[in-house]
Amino acid sequence: MRQIKRRIYPIEENCMGCRLCEVACAVEHSRTKDPIAAFLEEDWEPFSHTVVEMMGPISFSLSCRHCDEPYCVEACISGALRVEDDGRVVVYEEVCVACGMCVVSCPWGAIKPRKRNGVVKAAKCDLCPDREVPACVAACPNRALIFDTALGPGLEKVEEEEIIEG
Amino acid sequence: MLYDSVFVFPNFEVERNYERCIVCKACVQQCTFDATFYLPYRGRVVSKDTNCVGCRRCEAICPTGAIKIRRYQGEFKENAYWTPRDLKDLYKQAEQGGVILTGGGNDRPYPIYWDHILLDACQVTNPSIDPLREPMELRTYLGRKPDRVEIEYNDEGEPELKTRIGPNLVAEVPVIFAPMSYGALNLNMHRAEAAAAKAMGTYWNTGEGGLHRELYPYGDHTIVQVASGRFGVHAEYLQVSAAMEIKIGQGAKPGIGGHLPGGKVDEEISKTRMIPVGSDALSPAPHHDIYSIEDLRQLIYALKEATNYEKPVSVKIAAVHNVAAIASGIARAGADIIVLDGFRGGTGASPAIVRDNVGIPIEMALAAVDQRLRDEGIRNWVSIIAAGGIRNSGDVIKAVALGADAVYIGTAALLAVGCTLCHKCYTGKCAWGITTNDPYIAKRLNPEIAAERLTNLLKAWAHEMKEMLGLMGINAIESLRGNRLRLRAVGLTREEMDILGILPAGA
Ligand code: SF4
Ligand code: SF4
Repeated sequence: MRQIKRRIYPIEENCMGCRLCEVACAVEHSRTKDPIAAFLEEDWEPFSHTVVEMMGPISFSLSCRHCDEPYCVEACISGALRVEDDGRVVVYEEVCVACGMCVVSCPWGAIKPRKRNGVVKAAKCDLCPDREVPACVAACPNRALIFDTALGPGLEKVEEEEIIEG
Repeated sequence: MLYDSVFVFPNFEVERNYERCIVCKACVQQCTFDATFYLPYRGRVVSKDTNCVGCRRCEAICPTGAIKIRRYQGEFKENAYWTPRDLKDLYKQAEQGGVILTGGGNDRPYPIYWDHILLDACQVTNPSIDPLREPMELRTYLGRKPDRVEIEYNDEGEPELKTRIGPNLVAEVPVIFAPMSYGALNLNMHRAEAAAAKAMGTYWNTGEGGLHRELYPYGDHTIVQVASGRFGVHAEYLQVSAAMEIKIGQGAKPGIGGHLPGGKVDEEISKTRMIPVGSDALSPAPHHDIYSIEDLRQLIYALKEATNYEKPVSVKIAAVHNVAAIASGIARAGADIIVLDGFRGGTGASPAIVRDNVGIPIEMALAAVDQRLRDEGIRNWVSIIAAGGIRNSGDVIKAVALGADAVYIGTAALLAVGCTLCHKCYTGKCAWGITTNDPYIAKRLNPEIAAERLTNLLKAWAHEMKEMLGLMGINAIESLRGNRLRLRAVGLTREEMDILGILPAGA
């Protein structure tokens, strides 16, 4: 039974295109979680799941929407992508065969192949399971990312709506 | 450097620690002055010191603390008379043959009288008040007060006020956001000022560029300006306002007009200022219909007539030599509020030579005007707002004791939302997104965050002011106004103390 629907919403009017969200994402998903080591010293390539799209004065940071009925989950041939109880769409790396179906099926371009330790696997936003507020939201200096932990439509057990701004 | 003029010496040095730089390029993206580049063939981010204006945006945004902006280390031969700034300005003029422009306020080392004034406190014989236990009032009424108050008794024998009291502004904190136009600032800053003024029960001032329609709902907290260019002035603009202000002069550039370059006049500014897109907005130096106190009176009454005598009219002048006599004339012309703008006041753009050499300190102007109006028995006709270089709540309290009813804060408000006083406002490229209308850069000023920061600033000052009133044993700011006995001077001459109307410490 899914209880909460957590999502990161980009606010286009506030995004100034600094890409600190990308830095934060890459750091959070590094071995050491240390900004300098993650980029300069680790054997893992820094990799951000969120991507800042820019055109002229318009920019916003786009990551997985954690859709209610995700195309990627449908497209996955090996069952490596699943919707968790808490609404997160998650990659089970050990099952992923790197066929790339999810990458082409995602209308947001939010899944990308990532090479680590010589193996390619699908990689996408996991809403930072180790953090209360996702790294990108916490790092954004201009509140251009909002973490919404409200219940999605049709879901029960509303406790309280909480919006955390970064 | 190669291809640069040999006469260009940098003001700042961008020091980047390559052990920390992760080449995220945030600094490149945030620098609006082309001082920082990514060189793909070196895989490095590098800087061009001669372009750095010292705004420190890159330093603030760098996620690894890799950047330090330092004063340029290279030095000219020591000279106590010719400062490096004089030399660089002179080289620049010899190169370009033009007026040197600047933004912000006068930063030269003239005396700061605030820092020569100390406050009194209660001890033993006159108890101080604890503002946390007892009510403490900062509410201030701005506008004309009657010469005397008459009471009449109604049928039930209860007293009622017979005297009609003219329109007054009610400020819960005697701190108002100074006039800074839409054009010089962007709409995000105006949005933030309006929201903060409303939240704190005080006012903000549109400056001379009109009021964007989106902000009409904040009219009750808005002072609208009528300046020499008459930009954006129309019946509705006057009607939505809380008060109207005739701008005669500005502390940063007394006696000269304004110029908003056509490049800054986009669709929205054009609609608000009521001028064509891309046309220069030139504010003449004087109002071409005001050459005397009588002319000023006509405009004051035209504004009052247009708004049914329901709103106070303020007149803002720069603090200049003859300020007391001028203020007396303004009071007699029918103004309800006089704004005195001292020589430290800021500007969006001014010739540096004017900003740095014209005007007088607000402390002197304020004391002189307050005294003159009292001597003439007309102090109650007007409220006085002191502007131009108010830095903290201590300055506010001292200004009130010297005779101000309230103060304007401009530079302080900009600082609250990120300004680092780089004084490049006139370029329209403010890297903190404040004095720019480039939609790409203006996004950096999130109006919601800015409004919160402005509100916090006023809250903090209000709290401190209550503490200072309490220690002086005063429970309402109105009781401190003009109470110069609670001030003492340190390190001032007899003449200076006479003008300020305060005694030396120990007396
Ligand atoms: S950190 Fe915030 S402002 Fe910067 S690019 Fe990401 S979303 Fe935009
Ligand atoms: S912001 Fe800091 S880490 Fe990023 S490129 Fe600039 S100096 Fe390097």
